[in-house]
Amino acid sequence: MLKINELKASVEEASILKGLSLTINPGEVHAIMGPNGSGKSTLASVLAGREEYEIEGGSVDFDGADLLEMDATERARAGLFLAFQYPVEIPGVSNINFMRAAVNGKREHEGREPIKGKAFLDMVKEKAQLVELDGRLRNRSVNEGFSGGEKKRNEIFQMAMLEPKFAILDETDSGLDIDALRIVSEGVNAMRSPERSFLVITHYQRLLDYIVPDFVHVLVDGRIVRSGGKDLAFELEEKGYDWIKEDIVA
Amino acid sequence: MAYDGKDKVLEEVTGKSYEFGFTTEIESEKAPAGLSEDIIRFISAKKEEPEWLLQWRLEAFAVWQTMEEPNWPHLNYEKPNYQAISYYAAPKQKKQLNSMDEVDPELRRTMDKLGISLEEQKRLSGVAVDFVMDSVSVATSFKDKLAELGIIFCSMSEAVKEHPELVRKHLGTVVPTRDNFFSALNSAVFTDGSFCYIPKGVRCPMELSTYFRINESGTGQFERTLVVADEGSYVSYLEGCTAPQRDENQLHAAVVELVALDEAEIKYSTVQNWYPGDENGKGGVYNFVTKRGICHRRSKISWTQVETGSAVTWKYPSCILKGDHSVGEFYSVAVTNNAQQADTGTKMIHLGKNTHSTIISKGISAGNSHNSYRGLVQIMSSAANARNFSQCDSLLMTNTSGAHTFPYVEVKNPTAQVEHEATTSKIGEDQIFYCLQRGIDAEQAISLIVNGYAKEVLNQLPMEFAVEAQKLLSISLEGSVG
Repeated sequence: MLKINELKASVEEASILKGLSLTINPGEVHAIMGPNGSGKSTLASVLAGREEYEIEGGSVDFDGADLLEMDATERARAGLFLAFQYPVEIPGVSNINFMRAAVNGKREHEGREPIKGKAFLDMVKEKAQLVELDGRLRNRSVNEGFSGGEKKRNEIFQMAMLEPKFAILDETDSGLDIDALRIVSEGVNAMRSPERSFLVITHYQRLLDYIVPDFVHVLVDGRIVRSGGKDLAFELEEKGYDWIKEDIVA
Repeated sequence: MAYDGKDKVLEEVTGKSYEFGFTTEIESEKAPAGLSEDIIRFISAKKEEPEWLLQWRLEAFAVWQTMEEPNWPHLNYEKPNYQAISYYAAPKQKKQLNSMDEVDPELRRTMDKLGISLEEQKRLSGVAVDFVMDSVSVATSFKDKLAELGIIFCSMSEAVKEHPELVRKHLGTVVPTRDNFFSALNSAVFTDGSFCYIPKGVRCPMELSTYFRINESGTGQFERTLVVADEGSYVSYLEGCTAPQRDENQLHAAVVELVALDEAEIKYSTVQNWYPGDENGKGGVYNFVTKRGICHRRSKISWTQVETGSAVTWKYPSCILKGDHSVGEFYSVAVTNNAQQADTGTKMIHLGKNTHSTIISKGISAGNSHNSYRGLVQIMSSAANARNFSQCDSLLMTNTSGAHTFPYVEVKNPTAQVEHEATTSKIGEDQIFYCLQRGIDAEQAISLIVNGYAKEVLNQLPMEFAVEAQKLLSISLEGSVG
């Protein structure tokens, strides 16, 4: 599915990712944890194709294609989805119209006709149930005036609409209360399948109680310094990141 | 006494057809370049106008000669050489056409570019179209249907012939000839335009629509539009413009006058897409337009404009809220790209009691363009309890474009409530990236964001027009991310 090899990236001449390697197979859920400034969100942005980041080395293979050669739109259409840490507001553009443009973009890429009105609305209804996104939020402008929890639910709704092969959740748990966290997680879990992979970026072990990962990686200073099963997350929660850092030095 | 005598003379000559003819070597359907009394006489004779109108034109010309082109707008352009312009050109087709099938294919192609074919318009039927191609109307439709209701919708030249009393009563009452440099010029040389009259208590059942088009190279366009809504009537009027590519600057100085009598309502919508010139602004249209409406008691005038074209735009659709409880509205989206410059806005003059006005202006600047909002809200001492709300937003697409706001507020009555809000923002890279990440390409992303930004204004347009306007916004901003 995704094979990252020795990826190096910088922003404004500051080197952030310093040779990161990670392989994610179909159906797997990987969690990336790490202290602030370790490069977690940079990894998400680089994979999604944000242009402010300079790729300085390494490669990323996505389903047999060179991901780094594709622009952001092509990556999305090829099935890469990023649930944003801070979802963006687009005033005057209804959530529904936004999604229709996105769905049709993907269909165009697949050589299919634009989706019919009725089929689209049925799809919206079905997917919105997944994250309990009511009609009011569907028709409002994209994320405008949404609460923190509503924005995150909207991200998962969009993910469900686009049915990606590979989804990155960038600190989706930040700013969520316990109920919203449950709703969002249930939405994600409902979408787990043998063909779909996830990269869950988080600060806290808490999210991983709901979305149980197959693998946990610890990112420190732009490199993965430790990988393990879901127990690694508990260990981190208990001992903190300093334990790992000391470990590296030692 | 002197006036009486003058009127008598006027009456005498008005009755007769114009005797003096125009005797110089002008044989073609295009006047030679330059402006003089002779040229004005030529235009008037060509159009077989009554003497009073010729005199009106000549007076306007005399006034114009004493006036100076305004320097106050935030615009930088080479002032046109008014003696190098030809002030009259008749189209190649001479006769009025009986059906749409007879319309020039070239004209049809222009319409197609705007996304609405003639056939479609006929089929949609809500729209009656009066084409103005190089100054003379070439096709008019739905006239019979409108006539049943007593609605007059025709070219200005026809109105001068068929309804001289109405034209004479209202022409120049809202925009006097001496109002400004361009209105004086227009009054002297206008060649055609549209006239519309809605009788008392009649609600016009369809959108009245006029498409303007500059066709012949080097010909200035001086359209004159007059819309009169009699007591308790309603009309929605649409005006759309497009011009083919040109190599030299083209001057466009139109005048639009709206008269809303007691309890009448006029909705006037414009989609303006004159040729903006190449990337450096070369060859674009200069658009100097005077648009103004007068509102009598409990009447309402609503201006909606989507401005995407022209190299230079100078335009302030305004309302004089003369009658008590009258309402004025101005909704505007102005897009400038490349080297385009726009100085546009509105004037709301509150004279009557309990008068209300609303101004929503959305500027979008791309490329190296400059976009200025200039608005005046004037509450006179007679206007007790007047209210105004203004919102002026600017969106910058690039770091090299400019947005400017010049709001003027004059309040002479202490009971007035005036609110003004303004924002300036740069199109968000975060917003664009968000769209890209969802599989929406860059052009479409910008189109979505910009249309969302302009939604409040686009919502004011009639449905078919709104769709066209959205397309236009997207086309105007193609390749403008930066």
